[in-house]
Amino acid sequence: MIMFRNYKQKQKANNLLETQKKEIQATLLELKSTQSQLIQSAKMASLGELTAGIAHEIQNPLNFVNNFSEVNKELAEELKSELTSGNLQSATEIANDMQANSEKINHHGKRADAIVKGMLQHSRTSTGAKEPADINALCDEYLRLSYHGIRAKDNSFNATINTDFDSSIGKVNVIPQEIGRVLLNLYNNAFYAINEKQKQNIGVYEPSVTVSTKKMNSAIEINVKDNGTGIPQKVLDKIFQPFFTTKPTGQGTGLGLSLSYDIVKAHDGEIKVETKEGEGTAFIISLPFTA
Amino acid sequence: MKILVVDDENDVKVLFEQRFRREIRNGEMEFMFAFSGEDALAYLQKHNHEAVLILSDINMPGMSGLELLQRIKASYNDPSPHVIMVSAYGDQENYNHAMKHGANAFVTKPVDFVSLKEKLKSLV
Repeated sequence: MIMFRNYKQKQKANNLLETQKKEIQATLLELKSTQSQLIQSAKMASLGELTAGIAHEIQNPLNFVNNFSEVNKELAEELKSELTSGNLQSATEIANDMQANSEKINHHGKRADAIVKGMLQHSRTSTGAKEPADINALCDEYLRLSYHGIRAKDNSFNATINTDFDSSIGKVNVIPQEIGRVLLNLYNNAFYAINEKQKQNIGVYEPSVTVSTKKMNSAIEINVKDNGTGIPQKVLDKIFQPFFTTKPTGQGTGLGLSLSYDIVKAHDGEIKVETKEGEGTAFIISLPFTA
Repeated sequence: MKILVVDDENDVKVLFEQRFRREIRNGEMEFMFAFSGEDALAYLQKHNHEAVLILSDINMPGMSGLELLQRIKASYNDPSPHVIMVSAYGDQENYNHAMKHGANAFVTKPVDFVSLKEKLKSLV
């Protein structure tokens, strides 16, 4: 009788556990889906920030395409009249100019094309494959996008940008759009930090962001340094935590650095921070050659 | 007439040389190029009073066109060269800022070269 009761109780407990397990599994599944939705929405948010920069970046090459093709149309007219009057030498000169111009048209067309492709890659959900990428070009491309993005939103914003790229680093195997996303986050943070410091109006201040790359023994280093507000010691441990942000509500998702950390880790790399409150911050990413 | 064009896009040089090829050929205009605000100031310091007209982009890394305008108007005033500002954002704010600091004209990107030519000729 006692045994039977024990058995019944055990069975009851088991049933309860089973139900709870199912509930937890369902919750876990829901959490996972929420998490991936949040990551996607953070990506889309940074895409929104990018759009203004992209619009500016595309406008310039498009202007060149329009201008050089208009010039070529005029030159074709001139060429015809030179040919009619038998002026072969100046006809040849005009033809040379036209050839050079069509190369310019092609170059700027490709430039706009690369920007659009980069934008599409940025918004893709699935992760791309690793490929040998020119890290210096990647650093430069996203630096321009980030800078112009901020300038488009706030045209009083200005900063000195220094680049010091080590040309010996060559190509490194990475997922370019993922590393691009990391760079974009670091640049946006750097520009935000110098802008905040400028708002404090503390005498003479020359806001600057310096991006450098360096070849090390078995890795390359990317250093993004600003002379902005710096990170207070008390929040330094939290900066890579998801949803941690010091920005006012609605201005930061708190996912930028956490995503960046995950991306760098997935590349077997490291992300370090050196900062002093009031003086500035440097983020140093190292990526192994074998990544 | 010597014109200093300031823009961070290098191909602006080829474009201007082609767009103004007639004026350049018959000696009516001469173009100089600087690829940043800093370069432009260095050029002006070296060739004082040579450029009678400066055509500068606003949105450039480093020294912006508006800062360049202020520096030019502050340090060259006898006579100060004409300055035309060019901006991709033809917004009121940039326009007001440029005009307040003594810009002689404001041109919106993409540049309409026909009207720019008229503007250049009317200014000098």
